Amino acid sequence: MSILVDEDSRVVVQGITGKEGSFHTRQMLEYGTRIVAGVTPGKGGMLFEGIPVYNTVRQAVEKEGANVSCIFVPPPFAGDTIMEAAAAGINVIVCITEGIPILDMVSVASFLRDRDVTLIGPNCPGIISPGKTKVGIMPGPIHRAGGVGVISRSGTLTYEVVHQVTLAGLGQSTCIGIGGDPIIGTSFIDHLERFEKDPETQAVVLIGEIGGTAEEEAATFIRNSFSKPVIAFIAGQTAPPGRRMGHAGAIISGGQGKAEDKIRALQEADIRVVINLGRLGEEVREVVAG
Amino acid sequence: MKLHEYQSKEIFRNHGIPVPAGQLVLSPDEVEQALSRISGPPWVVKAQVHAGGRGKGGGVKIVRDIEEAVSVVQTLLKTPLVTPQTTPEGVAVHQVLLEEGMDIDRELYLGMTVDRSTATPTMIFSQAGGMEIEEVAATTPELILKEPVNPGTGWMGYQARNLAFSLDPVPPPEVLRALTTVMQKISKLFVELDCSLVEINPLVITKKGQAVALDAKITIDDNALFRQKDAAALDDPKEKDPLERTAGEYNLNYIRLDGNIGAMVNGAGLAMATMDVIKLAGADPANFLDVGGGATEEMITKGFEIILQDPRVKAILINIFGGILRCDVLARGVIEAARKNEIAVPLIVRLEGTNVESGRKILNESELEFLVAGDLTEAAELVAKQV
Repeated sequence: MSILVDEDSRVVVQGITGKEGSFHTRQMLEYGTRIVAGVTPGKGGMLFEGIPVYNTVRQAVEKEGANVSCIFVPPPFAGDTIMEAAAAGINVIVCITEGIPILDMVSVASFLRDRDVTLIGPNCPGIISPGKTKVGIMPGPIHRAGGVGVISRSGTLTYEVVHQVTLAGLGQSTCIGIGGDPIIGTSFIDHLERFEKDPETQAVVLIGEIGGTAEEEAATFIRNSFSKPVIAFIAGQTAPPGRRMGHAGAIISGGQGKAEDKIRALQEADIRVVINLGRLGEEVREVVAG
Repeated sequence: MKLHEYQSKEIFRNHGIPVPAGQLVLSPDEVEQALSRISGPPWVVKAQVHAGGRGKGGGVKIVRDIEEAVSVVQTLLKTPLVTPQTTPEGVAVHQVLLEEGMDIDRELYLGMTVDRSTATPTMIFSQAGGMEIEEVAATTPELILKEPVNPGTGWMGYQARNLAFSLDPVPPPEVLRALTTVMQKISKLFVELDCSLVEINPLVITKKGQAVALDAKITIDDNALFRQKDAAALDDPKEKDPLERTAGEYNLNYIRLDGNIGAMVNGAGLAMATMDVIKLAGADPANFLDVGGGATEEMITKGFEIILQDPRVKAILINIFGGILRCDVLARGVIEAARKNEIAVPLIVRLEGTNVESGRKILNESELEFLVAGDLTEAAELVAKQV
């Protein structure tokens, strides 16, 4: 098993004819993802790599039964297209777009609040269930099917971690990049709940970074309600306060968001925290071997 | 994007939020004429820099006559200002704000920011104004009140009353009215200008019963600058480090740090983690440089050049995990930079991911001298050994 997406996921790509959208659609097809439709307003009726393109997500859902969306729409319009996907009845929305205004995300969060939909991202690499499907931009070949779940706020750092886990002889059930923005659709906790129920997942790697308090909240949740082993890493242990480290969400401000506080909270919850990223693969193997 | 105090106050004035009468000066020669238009003495002289903690660094002074004002302005413009939030070398002051003094009865704190946990703009209010709000939060958290804004309804009158009537003692009706009006206007401009932070510390109640913003801090959401053209024009490039400015022009995330290891990485998380492993290996990074997930050859060349231009750099580590950014693109970008610039320091390269084989081949077949690291630990140890 895996969580959220698998070989039966019927994916619609929003922004399929754009530069990023078209490139990654090809990559996803190569990985074996079932892309059933694309959406670009005004280009309905054309085919992209044999995939029918529609003007609206509603049409893609009605005609092709799409239930997962992957969004590559530029930042000024991305918030609108997340709501479009949710209103059309998509269950899992993966928003890759980086740079969405925060007040647009305030509206999106409010719109999604009472709907039965999971938003992953924005500003994230997406989600992959190795060997089954890839909905996002991560390099497919570094992944291998197996029992380690990965949840991360980062992009390339997640690839580094997955690569090490694979080199350590382990595979992954599902890897999720939840996104580097201050307002994101899902938290560590949302996915920990799913991994807890997924019989295939034996252990979880949690990759956090400075900024916010998501890791502290995850630590409390793990202590109280998570039974599988967790290995954590926090990026930005040496980051200076007040400087935004690339991601809009990665900033130490107002005395909050420091790596040392996150590491302490995780350790107090008996979670193994890897300090030297170079050793992460080995430490995951040690923990999984028990 | 941070705005200066004088810019923020101009915006406040345009939105009907009371601020002290003031004049901006760029040289001591302008002081006398500026002061003739402001009631006083006393006057307040305030250095205009983005860094916080100005008061503690001597960037805010009360003056009693024109001569004193001229001499304070002269000193501020001449000597770098060192505050708890700047580097030990401090920052240059290019502009000074002169303001009328106020008869202060009470000092309050009013701010608005987006709360991540509730995903809503949230008003923050405290009767402990004039102190650092972080300090208040740490020592007397009960003095900090919050009201989240419902995105559907916007800021409501009851929320302003909840905050204003929390004051002890409760102020007279005209002061309450002045306070709730400021709150309503702040919430409006926060949304209109796509702010990520608006802060008034202190918001003072004068002896005459007015609510006046004695200080003003506005940060505009960088992601919204495409639709905030007026605000974008207020950017002050002088507040940025020259290398940071160049990096910004090429969409590179570059932050200058104190060490001597230049680092170039793709992705913010991996860049932070690379800084951390360099530090663990016993060395200090000279910078944070994230060339982004989808960097072009030109961005790589520029990024590498920025590191080469930093005279403090004694060794360079390139750590790339190819995803969207392919390793062959990286290799070509580095070689292009090396062709145009002399590389006088050791270079360590660690490549992994998409097209790693062709990336390594391109580097090996070039005239570039570099050391190869197999993994992250080795890369950090190698680079630390060079300094």
